[in-house]
Amino acid sequence: MKHILKIDNLSRQFKSGDKLLTVVDNVNLEIEKGISCAIVGPSGSGKTTLLGLSAGLDQPTSGNVTLNGINLNPLNEDERAEVRNRNVGFVFQTFQLVPTLTAVENVMVPLELRGEATSGVRERALELLNDVGLADRSHHYPTQLSGGEQQRVAVARAFINTPEILFADEPTGNLDTETGEHIEKLIFDLNTKEGTTLVLVTHDLELADKCDRIVKIKNGKIDSDISKKKEILA
Amino acid sequence: MKKLSWIFKMAWRDSRSNRKKLFLYLAAIIVGVAAQVAISSFRENLNDSISEQSKELLGADLEVEKNEPFHDELEVYLDSLGGDRSDALSFTSMAYFPKSGTTRLSQITALQGNFPYYGELKTNPTSASSSFQNVNGALVDEPIMLQFGLEPGDSVKIGLTTYEIVGALQEVPGQPVAASFFGPRIYIPKQNIEETGLLQRGSRLEYISYIKYADGADPIQIEATLDAMNDSVRFGYDDVAERKEEVGEAILYLSNFLNLIGFIALLLGGIGVASSILVYIKQKISTIAVLRCVGASSNQAMNIYLIQAVTMGFIGSSIGALIGSLIQLYLPVLVQDFVPVTIELGVSWSSILIGVITGVSISLIFALFPLLAVRKISPLYTLRTVDLHLSSLLGWTTRSSLFGIIALAVTGYAWLMLREFIPAVFFTLGLALCLLLLLGIAFLIMKGAKKINPKAFGYEFRQGLANLYRPNNQTSTLLLTFGLGVTLISSLYLTQDMLLGTLNFDSGEELPNLALYDIQYDQNDGVNKIINDNGMELLQNVPIVTMRLQSINDTTVAEFMADSNRRAERWALNREYRSTYRDSLVSTEELDSGTFIGSVDNFNESVPISVSMDLMGDLNAQLGDTIIWDVQGIPISSYIASTRTIDWQTPQPNFFVVFPTGVLESAPQFFATTVNTPNREASLLLQQKIVQSFPNVSAIDVGQILSTVRDFIDKVTFVIQFIGLFSIITGLIVLAGSAATSRFQRIREAVLLRTLGAKKRQVIKIQIIEYAFLGIMAALTGLTLSVGASALLGYFYFDIEFIPNFTILAIEVLILVSLVLLIGLLNTRGIHNRPPLQILRDQAS
Repeated sequence: MKHILKIDNLSRQFKSGDKLLTVVDNVNLEIEKGISCAIVGPSGSGKTTLLGLSAGLDQPTSGNVTLNGINLNPLNEDERAEVRNRNVGFVFQTFQLVPTLTAVENVMVPLELRGEATSGVRERALELLNDVGLADRSHHYPTQLSGGEQQRVAVARAFINTPEILFADEPTGNLDTETGEHIEKLIFDLNTKEGTTLVLVTHDLELADKCDRIVKIKNGKIDSDISKKKEILA
Repeated sequence: MKKLSWIFKMAWRDSRSNRKKLFLYLAAIIVGVAAQVAISSFRENLNDSISEQSKELLGADLEVEKNEPFHDELEVYLDSLGGDRSDALSFTSMAYFPKSGTTRLSQITALQGNFPYYGELKTNPTSASSSFQNVNGALVDEPIMLQFGLEPGDSVKIGLTTYEIVGALQEVPGQPVAASFFGPRIYIPKQNIEETGLLQRGSRLEYISYIKYADGADPIQIEATLDAMNDSVRFGYDDVAERKEEVGEAILYLSNFLNLIGFIALLLGGIGVASSILVYIKQKISTIAVLRCVGASSNQAMNIYLIQAVTMGFIGSSIGALIGSLIQLYLPVLVQDFVPVTIELGVSWSSILIGVITGVSISLIFALFPLLAVRKISPLYTLRTVDLHLSSLLGWTTRSSLFGIIALAVTGYAWLMLREFIPAVFFTLGLALCLLLLLGIAFLIMKGAKKINPKAFGYEFRQGLANLYRPNNQTSTLLLTFGLGVTLISSLYLTQDMLLGTLNFDSGEELPNLALYDIQYDQNDGVNKIINDNGMELLQNVPIVTMRLQSINDTTVAEFMADSNRRAERWALNREYRSTYRDSLVSTEELDSGTFIGSVDNFNESVPISVSMDLMGDLNAQLGDTIIWDVQGIPISSYIASTRTIDWQTPQPNFFVVFPTGVLESAPQFFATTVNTPNREASLLLQQKIVQSFPNVSAIDVGQILSTVRDFIDKVTFVIQFIGLFSIITGLIVLAGSAATSRFQRIREAVLLRTLGAKKRQVIKIQIIEYAFLGIMAALTGLTLSVGASALLGYFYFDIEFIPNFTILAIEVLILVSLVLLIGLLNTRGIHNRPPLQILRDQAS
């Protein structure tokens, strides 16, 4: 299978008072397996909505999303959750760790949800925490960690289920430059090491520039789609 | 299975840092379950005690009674039973205590034989219970001995006979302490009872025989024989099984009623649970969204919190059950006076189990409101910050189903408690109506506060008022929980006050405050002379003639009794009527139909009588019906010429049947006289003089009776209020919970205001204004509803016009507002003296 993500005629509308807002407007997009792709665009352009729809976090008003060969449209919310658990990793701007779980427990959640043996899962989680440089902070709660440390835990969690595709929403948006660069490196390194496809939404053009492909969104439509191989894809 | 274990593990992990937050949730359930378990355990222990002491409830195997000497057939049968038999004569009479110079209307039992056969007459000294019959002595109720400073060796005069008091009477088998509320009990020997001169015509005598069966007797056979005999020879009887059943039923009704009041506390706790879980889940939205994002299904997400809610419900219920088991140790103090057995307490595991199940079920049902919303929390919330209203996530069908489940559960429980379906439905509907009213009022308050928030008032006032309707306000929760608690307790207070108010006629100058009865025909002039000589006003001097019904419209009473289709009440057919004769209606009567005929010249013709409306209904009689009376052996024919409505709530003699003058004058009769005495001392003096001259005359001192009734009502209502208090406590806990959950927001606001330059005084003032408003609104709403409830109770149930006691209402408002203010201000404790940044950091962590 060449494309890990295939989006056909995707639209998403929201009701705002009496008005109907079209946030994603008839988007078509295909992302090849193993590449890194940045979705950029101004605030309110619809890039986060597109990411949410692509990851199966939301239902489109019309159109289709096929993730790793699975058409998400006919699936209900629980079935999509299963697909995410098996295929997808997430890194969010606001880290989104469970505040009541320790670092290692946060990392373990996706595999535990599958019902996998706890000891093996813990080992793998500690290994990943070690990879992100947090081996000695594994039993700390999120509130006891700095922003950068929290995001590293989130990165470790994103990779524990060896996802086919990793969605990152402004992963460095809440971090200072130095910490942000460290996180970027981690994500790209793990992306390469695990062979995961990376889709990231960002304002940061420098970060976008590190990706194999840059899709620019404007007013809910794809404004430009540039590959580092200089191929115009759309 | 592994997924299930993860849910449990996750529920445990997730609860780690939140357990303190859920304490108030626990507390709301603890109080409700404690009330339930206390009452149920106590009931079970009481029932066990009754079973263990069932024979002592009667003191014998069989008790037979009749208000005239037993018929020969009955006497012969009772003698044939073998075993042992004691006979007693019971009546009320004035007792005079020479040592203190006081008199008191007393319940006299003249006893012959070895009664009680089970249990014992407890006396001080102990030997007095067995010796009083041999030495012709008297046993006098201990409280009256203490009150009048009497000791064994002193004397009591009953009728014409003076007895030496040989001991203080402490306990009679099967009689609660309350049995002596309306007159002290005095036991004397039955032999020579005639010498007292009290067994005259008109005296209300009860002939009682206590039987102890011979070995091998068959109680079922005996009961069957007595039943058959009772059809022809009318008498009353009780055996152990029947008495046990009667007492058990009375206790069941009382405890079920109390359980229902306690259940309201549990329901309030349920509302507290729903409110706590709602706030809790609101704080968990992002966690749930993350879990959904990484692959948790909607059910898995919900189950994490469901397990937490049920576990907390279980812990709360278990603690509540423990506390309830301890509280029941106190309940005997409240009700021992009304219970005819010695209560032996123990742990009731079944009550604990039912309490825990009820507590967990209530937690679960009410927690479902916010928990079902968890299923609808979208993983998309990881990408977007939303201010989500959980309740808006639930569809109409889900909400209706949940309300339906709650209504079914409440009705089911009420049905279980009341044993009747329709009242249970009314209980649920009433409760729902009350809650809807409270919610509606909360809505109006919020709308009103928003609309009228006056610009002319100061900033603090406007802020305080605005807090009533701003997001995360506590108006609805407080109105609902605290308001319902206040409604319940206040209704009890006001109803008690209403009932006591109807008895408050001792100060009325025109009303009698002393009633004398059993005045024999030849004593009437003498009694009247003493009253007049003492300068007292004689209000009524009424002749009374005893009679029985012989037939109605040519159908004899026996024929009525034998007819299973009869529509007349048994008591109305069988009773001994005490009728009077006069030529006009009195102030307590109103003509309802027909013509009141005051006198007749010839009583050989059918006599026109006037019958009370109550009796007309119970006899199923019509105007014009003919009745033949057996007036002490002489048949007198009459017809119903008029009917009267009688105000029975006045302390003067009223009669079911009034004859015209010219008929009963020559019949054996006695008199009842009512007097208005200027004060208590004058009343006591008059009683002494009359009793010394005419020992058989009994006096009912209205003042004395009223204070006894007040004591009695106070005791009964205290028991109900004690249980009702659980609702108030739950309301306060839910309020504290609601205040605590909004603490962070309140602190943020307070800190922000202080950062912007507000003084400590201003911040406190805003909070005082908010909580004072909340307190006043909740108190006024609860009290208004309770006034309505009391008025309805007065109108439909007690037939009393309800006039609210504004002093009680004002005091209640003051107490309730103070409580709300106290809780509200305690909630913001410690934030005024610390630097804003430190508080924000503490809260963030």
